[in-house]
Amino acid sequence: MAATRPIRLFRNLTAKIAAIPMILTALVVFVGGTAWTVTYSFTSSKLLPRTKFVGLDQYERLWATPRWLVSIENLLIYGVCMMVLSLVLGFLLAALLDQKIRYENTFRTILLYPFALSFIVTGLVWQWLLNPDFGIQSVIHRLGWESFDFNPLYNADIVIFGVLIAGLWQGSGLVMCLMLAGLRGIDQEIWKASRVDGIPAWKTYIFIIIPMMRPVFITTLVIIASGIVRLYDLIVAQTGGGPGIASDVPAKYVYDYMFQGQNLGQGFAASTMMLLAVLVVVIPWAYLEFGGKKRV
Amino acid sequence: MTSFRTFFAATTALCAGSAALAADLEVTHWWTSGGEAAAVAEFAREFEAQTDHKWIDGAIAGGGGTARPVMVSRIIGGDPMGAFQFNHGRQAEELIESGLLRDMTHVAEAEGWKDIVNPPSLLEACTVDGKIYCAPVNIHSWQWLWLSNAAFETAGVAVPTNWDEFVAAGPALREAGITPMALGGQPWQSSGAFNVLMATLAGPDVLQSIYGDGDAEMAAGDTMARVFKAASDMREMVQGSNVQDWNQATNLVITDQAGGQIMGDWAQGEFAVAGEVAGQDYTCLPGLGVIEVISTGGDAFYFPETGDAETEAAQDALAATLLKPNTQVAFNLKKGSLPVRGDVDLEAANDCMKKGLEILASGAIMPDVNMLNTEDTNNQLNDLFVQFFQDTSISAEDAQARFVDIVASKD
Repeated sequence: MAATRPIRLFRNLTAKIAAIPMILTALVVFVGGTAWTVTYSFTSSKLLPRTKFVGLDQYERLWATPRWLVSIENLLIYGVCMMVLSLVLGFLLAALLDQKIRYENTFRTILLYPFALSFIVTGLVWQWLLNPDFGIQSVIHRLGWESFDFNPLYNADIVIFGVLIAGLWQGSGLVMCLMLAGLRGIDQEIWKASRVDGIPAWKTYIFIIIPMMRPVFITTLVIIASGIVRLYDLIVAQTGGGPGIASDVPAKYVYDYMFQGQNLGQGFAASTMMLLAVLVVVIPWAYLEFGGKKRV
Repeated sequence: MTSFRTFFAATTALCAGSAALAADLEVTHWWTSGGEAAAVAEFAREFEAQTDHKWIDGAIAGGGGTARPVMVSRIIGGDPMGAFQFNHGRQAEELIESGLLRDMTHVAEAEGWKDIVNPPSLLEACTVDGKIYCAPVNIHSWQWLWLSNAAFETAGVAVPTNWDEFVAAGPALREAGITPMALGGQPWQSSGAFNVLMATLAGPDVLQSIYGDGDAEMAAGDTMARVFKAASDMREMVQGSNVQDWNQATNLVITDQAGGQIMGDWAQGEFAVAGEVAGQDYTCLPGLGVIEVISTGGDAFYFPETGDAETEAAQDALAATLLKPNTQVAFNLKKGSLPVRGDVDLEAANDCMKKGLEILASGAIMPDVNMLNTEDTNNQLNDLFVQFFQDTSISAEDAQARFVDIVASKD
């Protein structure tokens, strides 16, 4: 058996040949493109890329720009709130749906539907809903509660929460679905055992079910996190970065400087910083997911 | 089967034959508001009437900030259009340097642009190393204050004749339930309005030395402090105008919901489309009534290299058509801008345009900010002023300090 065993490299040869285009794409487009971008972030490229190196000038300017600082702050606020709230909401919805209720399919469809809409549509819908003259505020005013004040999109201090509402509405459904799949993967015997021991349902969830769902939670976290970092279209559709620059995010900064400001170097520097932020999220995850298993 | 093939061959030959006579020329621009669209239609009409070529309209909505990246990426991506509109100045600088745009000097010489284009600075802005790369089509100036006569009547105050009177009338307008001043949320409107305050209250020389020579000391000085004070007055007056686009802001003035607006002379096209009469329904104050000066920025058409002889013939024809007297009159009357040649008759011009023409003839002109600043600097100014005008927590002093930083690092 051992003597006739083919060389490792040639096992599944067809599958490996079929994967070559994908491997090339990954190497050239992703790795190559990333390396190119990082390299040119050290140049003074304006409208067109050129190799005039200026060291860390672009980064110094970036971190001295108030707009970049505002956009980082916004991303942090949005990111933390989105991460916590969508996980909590998604898990609660999934746990409720898991109670063997009637019309589960219908509820699941309704809750997942917002996810089928693009961020552009979501943003526009919530722009109208939150508009003080046409949306929720005016409806409540017309119902008689005149002093009701809910106008997040035109207030620079809270505009990011107006965006968060739309993001949660759109994203919670997906988290719910992932969580529901995780809950369904839990052996029913565990529920029976905990019932026999007289453990209340909420305790079972927190101390038994959630720890068992760790892989699902990690996958969900990565999906939410990547959605947060590339937040762009929702902002563009809902607020356009306004009022002023109060709801700006890094991705919009990158786009504006690369294309509108005709300053590629500055845009590349900002996108390199975004890449760093993504790596900070992805590397610990990859270590936990893949590194941990090898040791076992 | 054979007959089919002959049929196809014949039709293909037919198409090819007609294409040799006339090329389709795709022209991209960002003229999409009512007055602008009416004006660009005049170009298309003249172009198709005077030549055999066909105008394919490639309008991109959303203003220059949205349209310029689309155009640039098409040109550097190897899919150039036949012709495109930019504000002339430094926006196309790098495209010219890298040889992506066609040298149009031969058309300029044949048509004698050097002798007819007035002021000459317009043609200079198109010239790089002695070669002419663009066809200027109009003169636009930013330094105008548009006032709604009816709004001031409602508030019970006289229509202001200068900026200070306008600021003084602010509280009365506010009491009458009218927003004193309209300002859209697009960033370029905020920085544009500030540049107007600077050019009129501090004077064109100050603007020239700050943006032209990067004089950071001047930017930090007392003269500019007064301009920033005026800008914070303006910030008080624009509170409550929750609109985005410039023409929506102009519409607030047209419908008498706002007292006035600082906007370039392209706003006039909107007043015209709405059927308003200058002097009767609205008042215009060039140079905010403080100093009679207009900037000579404007729009120009550039022609990318395509390497296709038919397209090049059509480009030459379009460039020549754009500066013909008839085209200039028809286009500029609709657009509300001034013609680039001093020898055309604009009898049909309204009061405001006549004021502009007089100032132009008197020579009280200044360069446009786009000719002095790169888009990068303009973008930084946009960021600063859109934040300043929308967020009352930033003091005039802080804004000035950031302004000085931008001026000190500009190229």
